[in-house]
Amino acid sequence: MVHNFENILAASGISKFFPGAVALDKVDFTLRRGEVHALLGENGAGKSTLIKCITGAYHRDEGSLMLDGQEINPANTLAAQKLGIGTVYQEVNLLSNLSVAENLFLGRQPRRFGMTEVRAMNRKARDLLAGYGIDIDVTAELSRFSVAVQQVVAIARAVDLSGKVLILDEPTASLDNQEVALLFRIIEDLKQRGLGIVFITHFLEQVYAISDRITVLRNGKLVGTRDAADLPRQGLIAMMLGRELAHVEEAVKERSHAAGEVRYRFSGYGKRGKVKPFDLEVRAGEVVGIAGLLGSGRTETAELLFGIEHADSGSATIDGQPVTLSSPRAAIEKDFGFCPEDRKTDGIIGDLSIRENIALALQARRGWTRPLSRAEQNALADRYIKALDIRTTDREKPIRLLSGGNQQKAILARWLATNPKFLILDEPTRGIDVGAHAEIIKLIEELCAGGMSLIVISSELEELVAYSSRVIVLRDRQHIAELTGERITAAGIVEAIAAAEHKMEEA
Amino acid sequence: MRSSLKALAYRLAPQLIALVVILLLNFITSPQFFNVVVQNDRLYGSLIDVLNRGAPVALLAIGMTLVIATKGIDLSVGAVIAICGAVAASSIVSGNSVAYTVILTLSIGLACGVWNGFLVAVLNIQPIIATLVLMVAGRGIAQLITEGAILTFNDDGLTFFGSGSLLLLPMPVVTWILVGLLVILLVRRTALGMLIEAVGINRRASTLSGIQTPVLLMAVYMLSGLCASIAGVIVAADIKGADANNAGLWLELDAILAVVVGGNSLLGGRFSILGSLIGAMIIQAVNTGILSSGFPPEFNLIIKAVIIIVILVIQSPAVQSLAIFASRRQGGREQSK
Repeated sequence: MVHNFENILAASGISKFFPGAVALDKVDFTLRRGEVHALLGENGAGKSTLIKCITGAYHRDEGSLMLDGQEINPANTLAAQKLGIGTVYQEVNLLSNLSVAENLFLGRQPRRFGMTEVRAMNRKARDLLAGYGIDIDVTAELSRFSVAVQQVVAIARAVDLSGKVLILDEPTASLDNQEVALLFRIIEDLKQRGLGIVFITHFLEQVYAISDRITVLRNGKLVGTRDAADLPRQGLIAMMLGRELAHVEEAVKERSHAAGEVRYRFSGYGKRGKVKPFDLEVRAGEVVGIAGLLGSGRTETAELLFGIEHADSGSATIDGQPVTLSSPRAAIEKDFGFCPEDRKTDGIIGDLSIRENIALALQARRGWTRPLSRAEQNALADRYIKALDIRTTDREKPIRLLSGGNQQKAILARWLATNPKFLILDEPTRGIDVGAHAEIIKLIEELCAGGMSLIVISSELEELVAYSSRVIVLRDRQHIAELTGERITAAGIVEAIAAAEHKMEEA
Repeated sequence: MRSSLKALAYRLAPQLIALVVILLLNFITSPQFFNVVVQNDRLYGSLIDVLNRGAPVALLAIGMTLVIATKGIDLSVGAVIAICGAVAASSIVSGNSVAYTVILTLSIGLACGVWNGFLVAVLNIQPIIATLVLMVAGRGIAQLITEGAILTFNDDGLTFFGSGSLLLLPMPVVTWILVGLLVILLVRRTALGMLIEAVGINRRASTLSGIQTPVLLMAVYMLSGLCASIAGVIVAADIKGADANNAGLWLELDAILAVVVGGNSLLGGRFSILGSLIGAMIIQAVNTGILSSGFPPEFNLIIKAVIIIVILVIQSPAVQSLAIFASRRQGGREQSK
């Protein structure tokens, strides 16, 4: 295995100006043949601006771009593709209603007498995917396959079209662990073929699992480029944030067990076709984590607890009093709150201001006849914008203009304003940058210490382990295990899921 | 307070400018347009005529604004005018008192709203289909009530709502301004306005935040029905009769147009009732202007269409962003100096 350390792509002194803002300030970036180069930074650090300058989506204002030692000036993404720079985005940008083969060869189908040679195209598609160790029916519609397979098809197309540089923009955001492993195997393979790969992600574990070098951007400036092997995790986070996050991760390790009485008791609670009946007890001042793979019934459990779905079996009691949670409104009357997983469709009211979004749940609970005055709303919004460090120019900005992390904080603020006693958070840290991530974890700790009961659903096991007093493990819409005390470790959770699998095989 | 007034002026600027331009055009084509005289304790003149003739559409636009803000639409309001006109006429003809007649008519309007609201909020039928049912059936119901004839009446109490006057203003003008003010106060002094906007922008997220979405939807369709029934009383009182076939014909479309010309999005969310009312007056000013200018009547609809298209193009997102871009460049140039 001979590594050729020649740079395949060299960007130097790249600057990009937008009206009133410097998006990129003289950034250098080099990519070697056969390396995976992670590009990291918080939201708004300039990652995507840099990528867009490289792929021709933006025109750089300063600096030079060399591909294979030749200066290039791609006018658009198509031109960059022809030069050899291919990009695969988080949301697969293929046509899901066409076949796999058609997607691979769209715009360059093998032709004879002006007609597409379907058989030749399918054969070529099969050969191409075989190179990635994937054997699927290439004549089937793309939408029939999982996101991971679609991702691989997108990569195969990009590599086949371009073949020098492959840019992966958050390719793993919606994949589960096995799918990530599949994708990494393919990336390793492409690396061996001598491609230069730029990898953008929010998941630091994945950065260390696959990257050779790491470049960090912050506020449009280059912070530095390091070999992954020489950069400890703490150092990386410090580079990204420009401040020490370490104490947050350390502090949460000391788990307090000062939880009080059982306040919320759900027994035999379930709904046919959604979640099998389960028992759940939650004390005041404790965080119950819910873990499980995608589709294991995590969100369904949350929806059942919050009354979005109606339980068809079992009962719920609060402080020993039986209650019926027939709707979100009924749950809210019992001081429940729920931050949904899908912020865009279930959380934010996009066109309303941050102020109105924060006041909404409290206003809904007071009823329309008792409006919160403008002054009260302003005070409420200002208080939470400050307390949760929601970054915005002012409170009257439509919430859809905020970044994901700040939207998440605003939704949290909406519930905190109602003074909830039982708060359900579904994937509170998904898709948000590292800084906001740490802040939300800290907030969960604080709320818990203040005596609130929390249910937190997360697919980031390390995070769950950090703050949970107990962890419920789900599989196949069933609660299969409850981990407490010493047993709460990422390995323990994985083991619990795996054990269930084993049992199922035996049965 | 001052900044919110400024924001309001900014929001309504396109509508106000359009209204002023239309009125000026009217003035150019018929110079006596702005003449207003007092006769028999009532103002007369083209300007007053615009306010007076625009009353039915203005009333419909009030309810329609709220329905559209929830991402809905109410196609039935024209038919509800016919039903309510028929109910009012037949009630007064059969010797009931004016008060009884008015209350009965408004109740029928509310009932029509309950029907629409039930289909939309409880059965989750798409608003355009749900209200189409009553739009089609409504005229049939009105014909059943009038038994196919044009029911005429001559009760001074009831005709007062059409041709009477109060404080120099014709009664329909007083009515729509009063109803408009009441509804604006209702939605803006309570939390209704914000909740309606939230439901229109994201119904699921609103429900998850604890808003009683079905109740709110029911309420806006009921209000729309109520506004239509008031318009029905005015239309019937004005012609002293109920014409089941023609009363309120196509007015639902004018009402929707008024809402859109008023700068409200058919996609729901943020709304301005004041904007819709100005929109209704713009439409009526166009109608009156064309009539008084002496153009051959066959041009009327074409001219109206052209004027409306111009207003809508000016308001369109594409042109707006172009304007913002232009003003930014202007600003940039000034800064660089």
